Amino acid sequence: MNGKERIARRIAREFKDGFYVNLGIGLPTMIAAYLPTGIDVVFQSENGMLGVGPPPVDGQADPDLVNAGKQPVTELPGCSYFASEESFAMIRGGHMDMSVLGAMQVDEQGNLANWTIPGKMVKGMGGAMDLVAGARRVIVAMEHQTKDGASRILKACTLPLTGTRVVHDIVTELGWIRVTPDGLVLTEVAEGIDAAEVQARTEARLIVSPTLQVMTT
Amino acid sequence: MDKVVPSADAAVADIASGSTIMLGGFGLCGIPENLIAALVRRRITGLHTISNNMGVDGFGMGLMLETGMIASHVGSYVGENRRLEQLVLKGELDLTLIPQGTLAERIRAGGAGIPAFYVPTGLGTVVAEGKETRRIGERTYVLEEALHADVALIKAWKGDRLGNLVYRKTTRNFNPVMATAADLTIAEVEELVEPGELDPDHIVTPGIYVKRVVVGETYRKPIESEFIRAQMGGAA
Repeated sequence: MNGKERIARRIAREFKDGFYVNLGIGLPTMIAAYLPTGIDVVFQSENGMLGVGPPPVDGQADPDLVNAGKQPVTELPGCSYFASEESFAMIRGGHMDMSVLGAMQVDEQGNLANWTIPGKMVKGMGGAMDLVAGARRVIVAMEHQTKDGASRILKACTLPLTGTRVVHDIVTELGWIRVTPDGLVLTEVAEGIDAAEVQARTEARLIVSPTLQVMTT
Repeated sequence: MDKVVPSADAAVADIASGSTIMLGGFGLCGIPENLIAALVRRRITGLHTISNNMGVDGFGMGLMLETGMIASHVGSYVGENRRLEQLVLKGELDLTLIPQGTLAERIRAGGAGIPAFYVPTGLGTVVAEGKETRRIGERTYVLEEALHADVALIKAWKGDRLGNLVYRKTTRNFNPVMATAADLTIAEVEELVEPGELDPDHIVTPGIYVKRVVVGETYRKPIESEFIRAQMGGAA
């Protein structure tokens, strides 16, 4: 199991029956494939759909039916379509139980940066700022470090923010980190890794939970 | 009353240089591809566009970008357009990125006679810089102003001669809301039907918002993720 799959599998176990969830582009989208049996979750795609189904089989893609990552998807029974202003009314209005997004940086206060690198990369926030402002629980799903080995979990974000004090949990291939008023609390570590190693690969200060557990997938 | 015009070229024939234009679609899904092609043929310049995305290199609004028609753009995500990124980094195109939900609601407000409204989105970020904020109850909100355009170019699945429109699957996105927020809304449809053929209970855009209806001549409808993969050098 690679790191991304470990992250996706662990977050899938956090869903409760009846949840309405928005999964961000990239790694978070993978989570849908690992939904535990017996748990009914309705996935929302902010371009205007509830009840997003898995990717179509080869040759069955419909260009009129895509997710927010512009990838072809399918309909699940009971799905619905709606326009952008209604999609974001349900997001901003607090109707989404959970939003899972990727990040470039997260910090000790739960600030999130994931939409631009000044002078280098112009992408845009898409729906991310609305999601973090409106979802009841915001989980960041990302690889612990950059490709160059730099920490993505910082004392303070250096990139332009997507939201201030919006992240509730950070899940990486190394463990589960909860954002609390006291700081970042490491509550779970991946198998074969100890808290000291997670800290060594993290710029932010981590408080190790007295009930630290192994992250099961 | 008959709002049908004979061609996409005829539909956009009087759009002036310097106009502010909203364009429906999410990525390449549900874009008015025939109206965009006709607009590119017009060779007008200095346009101010409002659209969630900016097409991709080689299709959709990417074609407008390549002809240099666009002076400024307001959208939420342009990550799939490398040409745009280069123009912006060089300072040759005025790009304003705003949150997608705020974009949609500003357009809704523009069509609904609401000059401004408060949202929690973007508080404490560059999006809120220079904007009025106000504490209401437990939270602080940012004042966002309505958006309005001279022209909206939108895409529907079926439409009738009165401009009543229905959409198919996720092509709906920004199309209905943009239809409400422009002085001149032009809808391209895949299929023209007669008044009475659309179930009145199913009409999403009532005809009052639509000034012109045109049947799109051809539809390529590339799937964006696959279009980009093909551009990057063959199927991965």
